Amino acid sequence: MAKILGGITTSHIPAVGNAIQKELYDDPYWKPFFDGYPKVHKWIQDNKPDYVINIYNDHGLGFFLDRMPTFAIGAAHEYKNEDEGWGLPSLDPFPGAPELSWHIIESMVADEFDITSCQELPVDHGFVVPMQLFWPGAPHHPDMPKTVPISANTVQHPIPTLKRALDFGRSLRKALLSFPEKDAKIVVLGTGGLSHQLDGQRAGFINKEFDQYCLENIVHNPDELTKISRMELVEKAGAQGTEFLMWMMMRGALGDDVTEITRNYHIPISNTAAGTLLLECAA
Amino acid sequence: MADMPAFDYHIDIPGTTIFDGKQAMKGYALNKMCYSFNKAENREAFKADEEAFMEKYGLNDQQKQAIRDRNVLGLIEAGGNIYYLAKFAGIFGLSVQDVGGLQTGRSTEEFKDYLKSQA
Ligand SMILES: [Fe+2]
Repeated sequence: MAKILGGITTSHIPAVGNAIQKELYDDPYWKPFFDGYPKVHKWIQDNKPDYVINIYNDHGLGFFLDRMPTFAIGAAHEYKNEDEGWGLPSLDPFPGAPELSWHIIESMVADEFDITSCQELPVDHGFVVPMQLFWPGAPHHPDMPKTVPISANTVQHPIPTLKRALDFGRSLRKALLSFPEKDAKIVVLGTGGLSHQLDGQRAGFINKEFDQYCLENIVHNPDELTKISRMELVEKAGAQGTEFLMWMMMRGALGDDVTEITRNYHIPISNTAAGTLLLECAA
Repeated sequence: MADMPAFDYHIDIPGTTIFDGKQAMKGYALNKMCYSFNKAENREAFKADEEAFMEKYGLNDQQKQAIRDRNVLGLIEAGGNIYYLAKFAGIFGLSVQDVGGLQTGRSTEEFKDYLKSQA
């Protein structure tokens, strides 16, 4: 049976891709952000996951408003990174794991989660930037795991509730643990957040206090966070801070017993309060 | 489109437009055009003839005017979603800080300072 090693969350700001390309690791603006990753790199090197479940939110590349799935799971042999409209160079495709994808889809639909399966899914910065941060040189890192992308809708309301996101993760956990490949090692990512708002007269809004509350509780007390309503999430985390739902989905997949390995929090990167968290599952 | 007065599931958050079904219907043509800007050929076609491109996507007068004026708040008012509008802004090489400044009446530098002030 498969094993879930742990979960890693990170913000997925598009500007990070550019900073990586220019190797701005020691630049005064970027250093406090990039300093959050060496411990993650070491953990990945020590644990070498075979599969990475990348939970992110599409920002208008893979999906448009014509058909907007609340929860979509990739089921492809590979995932192409494509131009998001800014003409930036695209990365090479990421190798998929269709056997695992279909196992998850079968298991979760049987568990009464209604999933949209995707045999073609172009992946945007929400998926790609975390891969670059965790596996430098991705997708050509020598230990690059095979991947299953999962995208949740935060483009258009109604978005899922925090409880639904956590429950989704718990159902995903059952699916992963029952994957029949012997000793398969899996890591789960939750990307996006933390507080930020791009649009409206309130653009630029950041909420350190609320972010810290979320960071504190997500480690050992994620159910507490399900009390937050979606409108309250918009109000306190900012209109795009709703991406915290991905963190809740990841957290649900880890089970109750986790150890915090590292955490980083920095304001601002681009318009965002950037957060990183690595949680290891009990053996 | 006829308004849907009873169609409101939200609390009022100052300076924030909840992009819900109502906005998504209102802004469909505008967002569809901006979504097309994922492809370089569409960005080029827009630059070559903005009016014809807007016509092709069926933008209404309010949306067309907000596009002509590069009016970000006007585009949101007309049903635009920021993730698609970001692709429109990208045509002009605008960053999210530039866009933030435009919406809040700050210069880009002032907007960056505002972000930093919340650390
Ligand atoms: Fe995002």
